[in-house]
Amino acid sequence: MTSLNPIFRRTLTGAGMWSGIISRGKRLRLTDLSGGANVGMLLYHAAERQERYNMPDTLKGQHIFYLREPYCLHSDMGRLLASITSDSVGWHDTVCGHSNAALVLKKYGGNNYQDARNDWNRNARDCFLIELCKWGLGKKDLVPNLNLFSKVVADEAGNLSFVPGNSKPGDHIELRFELDTLVVLNTCQHPLDPHPAYRPTEVELQVSGGSPPSPDDPSLLIRPENFRAHENNETFLALSRP
Amino acid sequence: MSQKHVIPAGDWWVHEIKEGGTLRITDLEGNQAADTLFFSAADPTERYSADQTIQEQASLYLTTGTRLMSTEGNVMLEITEDTCGRHDTLGGACSRESNTMRYAHDKECMHACRDSFIRGAQEWNVELTKRDITCNINFFMNVPVSPDGGLSFADGISAPGRYVEMVARMDVVCLISNCPQLNNPCNGWNPTPVEVSIS
Repeated sequence: MTSLNPIFRRTLTGAGMWSGIISRGKRLRLTDLSGGANVGMLLYHAAERQERYNMPDTLKGQHIFYLREPYCLHSDMGRLLASITSDSVGWHDTVCGHSNAALVLKKYGGNNYQDARNDWNRNARDCFLIELCKWGLGKKDLVPNLNLFSKVVADEAGNLSFVPGNSKPGDHIELRFELDTLVVLNTCQHPLDPHPAYRPTEVELQVSGGSPPSPDDPSLLIRPENFRAHENNETFLALSRP
Repeated sequence: MSQKHVIPAGDWWVHEIKEGGTLRITDLEGNQAADTLFFSAADPTERYSADQTIQEQASLYLTTGTRLMSTEGNVMLEITEDTCGRHDTLGGACSRESNTMRYAHDKECMHACRDSFIRGAQEWNVELTKRDITCNINFFMNVPVSPDGGLSFADGISAPGRYVEMVARMDVVCLISNCPQLNNPCNGWNPTPVEVSIS
């Protein structure tokens, strides 16, 4: 459901980047306007920024190798940062990391700002580091990220293949934040995307109001681990709020 | 000249390995996870990256030939011998906080790898902090991923005396937590010592 009255709306074009703090209960809806988008995302607890999205705890806590509705995004402190409340895609990668300048140069060739102005080739590492710095964070905080809209599968031997066409124009994912969360994201291509062209895509961000989950929320019930992490959130909030 | 040290279960070890040096980790009694982080000795801001390593190889498991990549995209070490077969880098390290999430709130009191990482990191020449503790390697640990996207902690594929050897391609600091986890089969329900040797 598209919210009728979003608090905030922004369309990212090209290898766009964005960061902001979104408070507990609010929803962030990302829509892939072009198809084939990738959104690299990192999450930090806004109040305690050394607490951050943790790929291993998210995967092993839910016995899953990828993300989809109604699974949750766990921090490294036994708590939930966000839940996936709506998702038309069904598979989002979190193990392949992000592109850097060397990878983008090797895959797509040189296309610097001097020659191309704002159509230059950006890379996800630079985008993450630029946005992180604005919140007092840096290289030490750049941990394994989410790659929303992208699908990578493993065979029995662990060899990975990127699955093209995972996300269609109009596909979306919606996150509900379970703590006040610093969101850092960019729309650079997935590092294993074999498409030979540097392809800018359009992704719409939309933030709307909402409430924290009730105890029978599907994201909390899908795994008992999620419910216990939610209880850890409740403890944190009970102790820290005035 | 080789230097040997036995790390008891639940203990940590931090040591520098010079470029060209070899690190061998031996699973003395079998099925023991050795949670391992690497930092560049010259600049600890550059450290092991699980995602760069997976991306570089386009593969989830670590074995002979795997280049262990840094956050800056450089090769830190290369695995040159492996009698275990494969090693994990998706499972991360256990923590007291994540034990409450994974098992039960009353497991919070149990010793965990991230506490060992913290103490080892604090004792290195340059004090490292929580921000330096990122996603690690679990040598000898088996975390199979299925083609349909399932992930589990399975019984170990290691055995007494199996080892993994790697050559440093830069001066690195190695930080190991010999895993004390008792709530899943990653240590065969019985954490035991591992031996490290540097040559």
